[in-house]
Amino acid sequence: MKLGALAAVMSLALVACGTTNNNTGNTQAPPPTANMKPLDKVGPGEGQLNLIAWEGYVDDSWAKPFTTQTGCVINAKYAGYSDEMVSLMKSGGGGQYDMVSASGDADLRLIYSGDVRPMNEKLIPDFNTFQTYFKNPPYNTISGVHYGISLQWGPNTLLYSTTKFPNKPTSWNVIYDPANRGLITVPDNPIQIADAALYLSKTQPSLGIKDPYELTKPQFDAAVKLLTDQRPLIKKYWALASDEISLFQNGDVVVGAAWPYQTIQLKAAGAKVDDTIPTEGATGWGDTWMLATKAPHPNCAYLWTQYVSTAKVQAEQALFFGETPVNTQACAQMEALQAGSCAQYHANAPGSYFDSIHFWKTPIPTCADGSQNCIPYDKWVSAWTTIKG
Amino acid sequence: MWNTENFQRLIEEPAYRSIIGRTVFMAVLVTVTDAVLAFPFAYFMARVASRRVQTLLFAAVLLPLWASYLARVYAWILILNHNGLLNWSLQSIGLPPAEIGYTNVAMWIVFSYIWLPFMIIPTYAALERVPESLLEAAADLGARRWRAVRDVVLPLALPGVVAGSIFTFSLTLGDYITPILVGGAGSSFIGNVIYSNVGIANNIPFAAALAIVPVAIMAVYLLIAQRLGAFEAL
Amino acid sequence: MWTRVFLRIWAALILVFLFTPIVLIFVYAFNTSNIQSWPIPGFTLDWFERTWEDAEVRRALSLSLQAGLTATALALVLGSCAAFAVHRMTWFGREVVSLLFVLPLALPGIVTGISLNAFFAFGGIPLSTWTIVVGHTTFCMVVVYNNVVARLRRTQGSLIEAAMDLGANGFRVFRDITLPLISTSIVAGAMLAFALSFDEVIVTTFTAGAQNTLPLWIFGAIRLGQRLPEVNVVVSFVILVTIIPVLIAARLTGGGATRVPAAGV
Repeated sequence: MKLGALAAVMSLALVACGTTNNNTGNTQAPPPTANMKPLDKVGPGEGQLNLIAWEGYVDDSWAKPFTTQTGCVINAKYAGYSDEMVSLMKSGGGGQYDMVSASGDADLRLIYSGDVRPMNEKLIPDFNTFQTYFKNPPYNTISGVHYGISLQWGPNTLLYSTTKFPNKPTSWNVIYDPANRGLITVPDNPIQIADAALYLSKTQPSLGIKDPYELTKPQFDAAVKLLTDQRPLIKKYWALASDEISLFQNGDVVVGAAWPYQTIQLKAAGAKVDDTIPTEGATGWGDTWMLATKAPHPNCAYLWTQYVSTAKVQAEQALFFGETPVNTQACAQMEALQAGSCAQYHANAPGSYFDSIHFWKTPIPTCADGSQNCIPYDKWVSAWTTIKG
Repeated sequence: MWNTENFQRLIEEPAYRSIIGRTVFMAVLVTVTDAVLAFPFAYFMARVASRRVQTLLFAAVLLPLWASYLARVYAWILILNHNGLLNWSLQSIGLPPAEIGYTNVAMWIVFSYIWLPFMIIPTYAALERVPESLLEAAADLGARRWRAVRDVVLPLALPGVVAGSIFTFSLTLGDYITPILVGGAGSSFIGNVIYSNVGIANNIPFAAALAIVPVAIMAVYLLIAQRLGAFEAL
Repeated sequence: MWTRVFLRIWAALILVFLFTPIVLIFVYAFNTSNIQSWPIPGFTLDWFERTWEDAEVRRALSLSLQAGLTATALALVLGSCAAFAVHRMTWFGREVVSLLFVLPLALPGIVTGISLNAFFAFGGIPLSTWTIVVGHTTFCMVVVYNNVVARLRRTQGSLIEAAMDLGANGFRVFRDITLPLISTSIVAGAMLAFALSFDEVIVTTFTAGAQNTLPLWIFGAIRLGQRLPEVNVVVSFVILVTIIPVLIAARLTGGGATRVPAAGV
């Protein structure tokens, strides 16, 4: 055992000398699993279901009834970051887990590395009543093939202390403003570069940023510069939602980028905070249940996807976490559980609303125009490491 | 294909240099702090306390190891943040608040706290083995107490301190959770960078190159420790 | 005289330093809010009931106990055998061997974790309770090894020789002489090995499959913070349960015969 560990460490040295696998080739090529035939009908459950999920996504209140109904016993592993989800999906060479509730910034990574496989949307009855945008969002659907079924979404909002800002801030410039030095927090996530790019797309139109996830070298450099200049103003790059809650509750920061979840928790604890989507618009996340290529329990996985897509479970999860269901039928259920929540969470938003939210997707070298000039995600990660320092 | 591109990147980019530098510096600082904190405590346990107090103190040092590392780090956030216990106490005695929450100072305190028992135990064990007769002999020869400590006790206890330092040093070097929880802006450790690179399919070689850094540092450290006889005192 | 006063004050301050966070953990188990802020907004017993009913906590606790006990048992066997072997070695390679034995303990957890993960993936071994046990045994074994080898080093060979002269065979020497001599060092090693396994986060992250040990559950509960007081309840419970065994171990091993190195979480 010990020798095994040592041998493994020695092998690290060899791996470290290997060349970086260049992904800059033709990413127009279909993902490795594109031709895998999805199930065409759901068989009886296998009795087990291994999930990688965000904390709170497999709560007992709806997971228990599922196990009773289907006999699929759920083993959930909670991940803290998208990067952790990706590495967990690869752990043990894949084949450990059936599904992952990945966010848009991880999806294309999982798809193009062949860790997830196409799913058959026809096996999910509620798919028909999904918001149109979430049937084929660019982060989980490629050339009409669904690599997973959309679940919930939410915007990345601007959270602020109402004592410090009696007037609602209207621009993201408050988190880049030296006047708030030492009182700002933003997420510790490379995808934060897209937030900077979105801000620049409005404040510096000459850069020509159209999609904050498809940045050419000059656009990318401008976003990185904005964040590098922001770095001395930051109190903390928050990694866990509870970190940010604690930062606001204990007076360490007064403004930051957040999820609606933090606002709800803070307000419930009586903190004087509020959130808003500034005029520049916002980035957002869309979560997807994705099926592992080597999933050992595919039938339970489909049963689970069917179950969490139903209006009732969608509404329960939305209110538990403070996010928005993709199933439009969930609106009534949300109202029944908590009056006014449907409109509050934009669960009934018209299609045009989604133009103002730029959903996370993994940056890849291929730009929308088919050129290979866009900066891929691994460059985002190393730039983010450099920004944080 | 084999090359050293990944190692070059580590050395050439200032960001990685500063992260490696910060991690090693913190590991050294925490080790020195723990040695300074632990030595008088261990000396008291081994040489001054009664047998009964000795047992109680020993249990008191072991007990925190049973309280989850994560829960203890989280408790420190409550102490160090802006409206936390520390500032509350400072203000109640009329002192200005210390703004050390979410800084590298906070990391230094928390690391020193978390690994302190790992320094106390081997130091205590080494001190306990210093024969009373040696101290008496030193006294007979006219050595004052402090001189006896410096010339007789310290050299004999050194392997214990070095043994403890192996733990405090390597545990700090490899940690990535405390920086996430109590660090501020600019507190990434080698472990954080390794961790985020593992999640990116085509960056495993770079993560491995990074992982070599703490391993190499530890190998050198252990060789020196072995020379100082620390393994006998582990 | 002044030295003694200084030492006493110093010891008291260190105890305050060691126990302030622990006291906070106890107090915030009663927090009415799930957000920790000072001073505590109010007291409630609700979290105790919720923790008691939380099936995930129970599963995590039982997995941690299972993994910890198995890893400790394996570490006891492997660690003491290794200690006997190295103790008997007289050749010059002994130094190298002992360095190799200590290295896994000193390796940063993230390196051990990733290496083991790669090793299991390479060998096609699915992650399970057993891979957690293997991960923990790598460092638990070192703790036991160090305890036992240090004790053996200070055991007088003459006792064993005398027993053999009196006609005792190898087994009897081991049972009647060696084992009693090293028993407290084994107890101390086992205690520490178990404590380390019980609180390990980093290596476990990479070696556990779709299941949570207690520290992994705690990390999960901390992320969103909705059940933060439950974490404090569980940790307080664990501390209270371990006070007596820790005191007994301290009593057995604390005086004179201590050999308690420790390894990382």
